[in-house]
Amino acid sequence: MKEITYKKALNEAIYEEMLKDKNIFVAGLDVGKYGGAFGVTEGLYEKFPGRIFDMPISEAGYTGMAVGAAMTGMRPIIELQISDWVTIASDQIVNNGANMPYLLMGKTSIPLVLRLPSGGYLSYACQHSHSWESWFCFVPGIKVVLPSTPYDAKGLLKSAIRDNNIVIFLEHKRLYNTKGPVPEEEYIVPIGKANIIKEGSDITIISYSYVINKVLEAAEILEKDNISVEVLDLSTVKPLDRETIINSVKKTNNAMVVQEVWESCSVASEVSAVISENCFDYLDHPVVRITAKESPIPFSPVLENFVLPQTEDITEAVKKIFSKK
Amino acid sequence: MNKDFKKELLKTMLKIRYFEFAAGTLYKEGLIPGSIHLYIGEEAIAAGACANLKDTDYISSTHRGHGHIIARGGDLNRVMAELFGKVDGYNGGRGGSMHIATMDLGILGANGIVGAGIPIATGAAFSSWFRKSNQVTICFFGDGATNQGTFHESLNIASVFSLPVVYICENNLYGVGTCIKNTSKCQQLSIKSASYGIEGITIDGNDVTLVYETVKKAVEKARNGKGPTLIEAETYRWHTHFEGEPDTYRPADEVKFWKKKDPIARFEKELAGQKIIESDGINTLHEEVQNQVDMAVRFARESKTPDVNDTLKYVTI
Repeated sequence: MKEITYKKALNEAIYEEMLKDKNIFVAGLDVGKYGGAFGVTEGLYEKFPGRIFDMPISEAGYTGMAVGAAMTGMRPIIELQISDWVTIASDQIVNNGANMPYLLMGKTSIPLVLRLPSGGYLSYACQHSHSWESWFCFVPGIKVVLPSTPYDAKGLLKSAIRDNNIVIFLEHKRLYNTKGPVPEEEYIVPIGKANIIKEGSDITIISYSYVINKVLEAAEILEKDNISVEVLDLSTVKPLDRETIINSVKKTNNAMVVQEVWESCSVASEVSAVISENCFDYLDHPVVRITAKESPIPFSPVLENFVLPQTEDITEAVKKIFSKK
Repeated sequence: MNKDFKKELLKTMLKIRYFEFAAGTLYKEGLIPGSIHLYIGEEAIAAGACANLKDTDYISSTHRGHGHIIARGGDLNRVMAELFGKVDGYNGGRGGSMHIATMDLGILGANGIVGAGIPIATGAAFSSWFRKSNQVTICFFGDGATNQGTFHESLNIASVFSLPVVYICENNLYGVGTCIKNTSKCQQLSIKSASYGIEGITIDGNDVTLVYETVKKAVEKARNGKGPTLIEAETYRWHTHFEGEPDTYRPADEVKFWKKKDPIARFEKELAGQKIIESDGINTLHEEVQNQVDMAVRFARESKTPDVNDTLKYVTI
């Protein structure tokens, strides 16, 4: 094992897959010599001449272009510099790309990865802090992946590049410089598999992406109060690994979902529904959701921290569940 | 253009015309569900443009797309079956009139969203350019689409990379019920290409020979790595935006004026003048095409309705 950053892990995934398949190209804003706004594509421009393309600031244009290229044999990797702007490209993703394999009755697939630098806790305010996973989960034909560690980032991105569907790959901006162990040898992490990253017996906390670090912190604090927390990292939110969620909740009899983004019609809503449909008789307490407050993401750190979920929100909510017993 | 080629062009236009007449009637009879947008009056553009393509080339089409699909060599039986929502349609009844797509003919999809197909066509051209495959893409859209961001973004991208694509704007003057004069101060739509350093040409879209010759040059240019062209083909749709829509927005004398410029009658006159085809020959051609369309209607009527158990067959996720 080596210790590398999340950013480097993503870079290695793209590099290794590009070596294998000549149909892969990378396009997006500043992904060439500049190396990407967060440095993920650093060095690839020199290593793969003619395969890394700086695009005009035209999100709908180059995302739609990638759909057309994917329909005709390419495997594009698109970086949308800040995930908030995927809204500009959404028509091309949901109304064009996601429909095509269905309309063409499987004769064409859309092997397209959209890499979206996402998330808040950076005082980037209301147009540079979003994470739109809940929207894309709604659409048939799209997979949605959010790795939380360098290991998952590399393994899942390799799977995403090899996948024949559109994969919305949300990379949390706060994770880019975090380090973690990554094998020297080649490996992949399958899409659609959740992981229990900490075992526990009293409550299952289901989460994903950056905020899972706050869940782990909370779990450690709660251990001191003799509450044993099982932490489940979804990694993929579409397709959802229902089995791992259900099995864990059946074991702990309590469930909480923690996500960075707003609550209404979100991943947390979906996970709660899965639990209520499948674990009703096993639950000691209704499922609790810890999410962002439904407000635009504010700029000032004190305001942003109030809107986005914090470790104390989690510990307090868990303590409340157990104080009732 | 030799004699046989000219006859073929006429035949393609007639196929579209008779197909659309039949579709209009069947829609009124309730045999075609949903909504259809007919291409009657614009046949010269699809016929003249697609005649320049090789089998391996691509096209992207629009909500008014039957003409493009037929000109690209679409099987009338399967196009009609798709309009009926039947199992033998190009998309097995999953798409209908606005979404006919088949990779076998390089048809990247008709598209129900104005301007949405332009980036896809640009992407196919990008892919051909990247693979050095020497393929060309023709991208059809209407006047309304030139007000969409996707049009401007795509033209810019195609220009930056010198992509092998020919953009054909079918200017039929109306986006649904609103005249382009009220939605674009720029009246000659082809000059919009100047912003992107692309050649723009406006032509009479009802002159099939002119369409063919103009697109021929643009296709050759694209195939030779010289980049994209925007061709504005001026035309008119005889029918309203969709079938069944009352024509409250177009002056009667405007409709009359354009019907006089019928691209088919005009080409027939031209061919007769050049002694390429006698009036008997024209009548025979009409009958032949009418029979093909009748057969397509029979085929579509007799084709099975899709099995609901197959509904989710191609949903991968």
